[in-house]
Formats: sequence, C-alpha cells, structure tokens
Amino acid sequence: MLDIRKDFFANERDDNLNVVGKGVQRQDMPGHVTGRSPFFDDHAFEGLLHLKVVRSPHHHARIRSIDVSAAERAPGVKRILRAADVPVNKNTLLSLINFGKDDEPSLAVDKVHYKGEPVVAIIADSEAAAMAARKLVRIDYETLPAVFDVEEALKPGAPVVNDTYPNNYFEYHDKFDHQKLRFGDTEKAFKSADIVLEERYQMSPIEHAPTETNGSIAAPEQDNRFVVHSCAQGLFFSLGTAAKIVGLESNRLHFIGGTVGGGFGGKVDSITEPLAILGAMMTGRPVRYVLDREEEMLYGSPRGAERIYVKDGVMRDGRIVARHVRSYFDAGAYTRLSSYAAVKCTAHIPGPYWIPNAASDIYVAYTNRCPSTAMRGFGITAVDFALEVQMDKLAHAVNMDPMDFRILNAYRDGDMKPHRRVAKNTALIECVQVAAEKARWPISDSAKRQSSLAGGGEGERGQIPATLIDQRGQIGRPETRNAPSTQTLPAGTTRIALTKQPELEGSRDSRAAAPNVPRYEPAQPAVQAPAPLAPATPASPPPQPYAAPPSPPAAAPTPGATPQHGAMRFSSVFGTRRR
Amino acid sequence: MAKIPVQFRLNNSDRATFAEAADNLLTTLRRGLNEFGPKYGCGQGACGVCTVLIDGEPQLACLTLTVACEGRHVETVSGMADGPNMHPLQNAFMDNFAAQCGFCTPGMLMAARALLDRNPNPTREDVVEAIAGNICRCTGYEPIIAAILAAAGARGEKRA
Repeated sequence: MLDIRKDFFANERDDNLNVVGKGVQRQDMPGHVTGRSPFFDDHAFEGLLHLKVVRSPHHHARIRSIDVSAAERAPGVKRILRAADVPVNKNTLLSLINFGKDDEPSLAVDKVHYKGEPVVAIIADSEAAAMAARKLVRIDYETLPAVFDVEEALKPGAPVVNDTYPNNYFEYHDKFDHQKLRFGDTEKAFKSADIVLEERYQMSPIEHAPTETNGSIAAPEQDNRFVVHSCAQGLFFSLGTAAKIVGLESNRLHFIGGTVGGGFGGKVDSITEPLAILGAMMTGRPVRYVLDREEEMLYGSPRGAERIYVKDGVMRDGRIVARHVRSYFDAGAYTRLSSYAAVKCTAHIPGPYWIPNAASDIYVAYTNRCPSTAMRGFGITAVDFALEVQMDKLAHAVNMDPMDFRILNAYRDGDMKPHRRVAKNTALIECVQVAAEKARWPISDSAKRQSSLAGGGEGERGQIPATLIDQRGQIGRPETRNAPSTQTLPAGTTRIALTKQPELEGSRDSRAAAPNVPRYEPAQPAVQAPAPLAPATPASPPPQPYAAPPSPPAAAPTPGATPQHGAMRFSSVFGTRRR
Repeated sequence: MAKIPVQFRLNNSDRATFAEAADNLLTTLRRGLNEFGPKYGCGQGACGVCTVLIDGEPQLACLTLTVACEGRHVETVSGMADGPNMHPLQNAFMDNFAAQCGFCTPGMLMAARALLDRNPNPTREDVVEAIAGNICRCTGYEPIIAAILAAAGARGEKRA
C-alpha cells in the first residue's frame, strides 16, 4: 500500500472521515485489472459505421473547390459530411462561459488555417473503406503565406491567421491585446539595481501522447436521444460544446464517459464528439470517430509553445528588486483554451518570490500551427521553467548559492502579491530546505533558520506600492475601461506596429494617448492585517519603495476609498465584464 | 471480397468468425468478437496495449493476422481471473497502485503473465525486460515493476 507521510498528513479525526490519511483501494481498480473498465471504444454496436476526416495538406490555403463525387461512389461509403452540413460550424470552447469569440469550424469552410485541419468527413462501413475513400476526395487549394513564429505573427504585415482575430492576437473582452500586470515601478527599479539580467526562453509544443487516442462513438437511442461514448476529460463540457455545434438541446444527448485512457489536458477539446453525433443524426446508425495514432501525434492539439523574456534587477546582496516578464503564448490557428493560459500565466507572475516591483505582458498569438490546448499547468509550466533557470543565473550573477538565493527572495505569509492579495500558506522556504537536505546540498545557517511564517508582510512587504499607470490609465483603474470595442477594425485602417517597450503599450490601439507623463496609482495599505505571528509592533509609516509618488491625478480614485481587490478575484475571466 | 472462416480458442472457449485476409487479430477480437480486453493504441506495434498470449507467447494483436491464429489458443486479460478469484498478478496490481488510467494495464498484465509463466522467480532486470515493449503514460513504471515482483513473491510463498 502507499506510504503516506504522516508527519505531513496526520490522521486528524477518526469518525466519519475514516479514510482520510489511509491508503485505500480505488474503486475502479478491479475494472482496470480485469479488462472490464469501459473505455469509450469498448462498446459493441450493430451496424457500426466509421468516420474519418480529410485533412488539409497545407498550413494556410484558400479552398477553391471540393469534389466528393468519386468518394461518394466508393465501396462502403454511406455519407459524406461537409462544412454546410454542420448546423453551427463555428465555435470556441470557452463560449460556454461567454469568453472569447467563436473562431473555429468543425469542418473548414473557405480556408484552412493549419496543416491537418479537417475539411471533409467520410462515413463508411469500415475504417479501411473510409480511408480508401479519403484518397478520392479532390480539393483544389490556393496556398497562402503562413506564419509560424509568435513574434513574427504580431508584426505589421504578417499574414492574418484567424479572421476572427485579424491582429493575430486574442482580444480580451474585445478590447485588450494582452494580459497585463503592473506592481510598483519596474523601470525605475531597473535603473537603481546593481545588476540587470534579461534572457530569452523558448518552449516547444508538447503532445500529450495518451495511450488511448481521442475518439467517441455516437448512436441513436430509442427515446429520440443520442448516446455518446466519449473519451472527454470534462464530460459535461463536451456535452455543452457538442450540443451547440450539432444544434440539439443538451437533454437529447446522453453522454457516457469518465473512463479516460490518459488525458493530461488533451481530451477537453471535444473535437470528435460533434462529428460523430452529426454522423449518427444523418445516417441513423452508430458512428465511431477515433483518431489513429498518426493523427493523434500530428494533429491532436498540443501544449502550446511559448517564448518568454524575463528581465530582472537584482542587488549585490541578493535581493531581487524588479522583474518584468514578457511572454508570447502560441495558440496555433484557433483559440481553444490558450486565452485562459495567458490569464493563468499572469496570475503566476512573478513566481513564488516577493519582488517589490513586478510587471508582465502576456500575449496569445495566432500562428498557422496546430491549435494548442490544455496540458498540466499550461500557462504556468513554461514560465516556471524560464523563471527558475533565470533564478540560477541571477544567483550566479550575485555570487550566491542558488538555494540560499531562493530562500532569501521567497514569499512569506503576509507578503503582498502583485495581484493585490496577501500571500497565505506559503512554503517555498521549507520546500527548499527539505530539498537541500535530501540532496545533501549545503545551505547557509541563516537560510536554515528562515521560515515562511516569519517576516512576511513587514514594512513594504505588506504594501501595495505606488504603481505606474499606463497612458490609458488602465492599471488599477478599471472604471476607465469603457472605451469602444476594438473587436473589428474599420475598413481601411491598419494595425499599429507593436513596440517592444512595455511602458508604451497603452498606445497600441487607436485611441488618443494621454500626454507622456508617468502617472501613478497611489500607494495603498494592505487590504487586511497580515502576519498573525508578528503582531507586536505597529507598522511604521508605509515605506515608499523608491520615491514618493506624485499626487494622484484628478480622475484617480480617492486613496482612502474602499479597496476593490476583494471582489475582483478571477475578474479577468469570469466576472465584472464591463460594457 | 470473400471472407475467410477462422476458428481458434479464446480464453478457453472455442470461437469462430469470418475475417478478411488483411484483418488483424485486434480488429477481429474487438469488432468481430466483442472482446474488448486488448486495446488499440498505435496499430503499429509500438505501444503494447494490444498484447495477448498466443499459445502462451506474448504477441501484439495489431500486428498479427487473424487468419494466422487458426487453431491457436488466444488469451486476453478477460480470461486471467479464475471465476471470482483474481490471478496473483491482478491482486498485486491492485495492491501496488499499478494502474492509474488503466489503459495499458491489460497489455502489461499479459506481458507480465508470460514472464511469470516462464520464469516464476524473475529478477528486477527480467521484469524490466519483459515489459519493455509496453508503454505507460501515467502510472509510471515503478509501481508496475513492484507489482510484478510482488506477484512473483506471493506465488513463491504459496508454493513453499
């Protein structure tokens, strides 16, 4: 049985929670070892038909014509689906939570946007017949220029990948070109830092490679419903998506699943279910649509690639005083879940460290590559790789042990995070101490004595610093975000070139920029009294990190007004949509 | 196209079916005989999730022609338990958390059973070699190796 670390996970109570803290057999284990676990493909149907799609051989092309007449006459072929057969042939996954615009067809309409995009679906008596008929479909393409690099995609004149987002970036709330974080004044802090280090990091796409490939079987049921055996990781998410695309009320779909042969994030896209259901609707027979291994590896959506620039200012004594992260998340040709990845990434900056001045600019860029999707900590994993490599380089630059360096800069309970929330239950210091001990890595006596419970929130660590407001006055001032939508560009206008200077990002849309004078969100005290273990001395007057802020501009909220942070949690995705 | 009649034993019962000349055993088992123990993972002999025993030898069903199984004995995970009594390997897999998603488990169990039937007291290296053709993506190999060694130990104790 499993060895539970009782020193961390003690049996706290022994009444009605008598399995907590104990190794217990999982209820699906007997099914797994006897072969009885019902994976989606382990279901027998009389008259089962098989669906295979014809995929684009081009990264970016206009479809001039499609000729399926020869394929229709091929042996065993029962039905051919084309874009016009799909009731709602444009969807984005997060439309179920009203986030983002519909941008992805189930079958390509007039253009293909990545190599492998489905264009035509063939339903036949056997997989072999469907695959043979696939070769008989004649599609005339006019190839178009393609772009494969996130930064190239954002340059003026780059090919437009996704017509729904003509600037090649995801538009948050129809207005914002990226996710932005500002805390303190990084530019000023870089000038006063002893060492400034800027590095570029790149992570490639990663395929989930589950042993069970993506797929589903849909069949008409006797009560005017369709039963769907699905590999989906999020069964109700998949049900909602499929109901929208095939144009049925969701109570006419009977989804069965939950036994997933490895998902890792690659089975949330609901790519096979809508076409299988549509096939069952149009043939009146059970239809099975399963990706083969080649399709899974080449066209199953991967973890998105990311390019990350990290710029840090560090003092010779080891304190990091400023961090700016600029990252480009490669969505591929369609959004799927990449918009959410950038939100997660922003929420993770600056990593598990208290840094008095932190900023980030996280973009979701479209390229003519396979659309990317969720995978274990997507949005976080790549930036963590970049930040931790950067931490080693910074430690080297100030001639410190990398473990000591992390302990010195780690979050402690009570520290103010750049998201204007107080850090709780922090444990990096203890993690590093245990890792050092287990690895027999010598750390200093001072580092061994540190604790996440002590010293957090003291002085400026518990404060929201004076924060630079961009030229639209957006950071920290949500009431100013009521400008007209930038969802579609008026005819004849052109995209404004992106600049590499984060301070100037406010000028990227066509609205008039304010005079180029730095403005600040006023410094504010912490939302709540932090640091329960250090209540003895009242905090001295809140120290200002580098300079007293200029008096707030007239339009700024009153410094003493009720802080807005409490109710703003997750506001960038789920709440407080402003119209 | 004319189909070919094929007869073989499947988990100790006689089965007969018709197959195309090019049909592989995996398709015949899953779609012809509704035997869903062996899984489809790659169709090219790379992942091992379709491993079955043919006359006691571990074979990849996706690379085996159905017609070549005429008169042979095919065994899958579905035939491992003796009535209500699990095989020692099945018990060991459950006790050692050797199945997470469970998709590679039927193939792993068949590869492990072929090993233990041949060599009741394998070394760790023997076990690693025996499951070298079976890919697992989420459980991790260590619990699986531990389970197979535990099953071998349990068998040995019983015999002693």
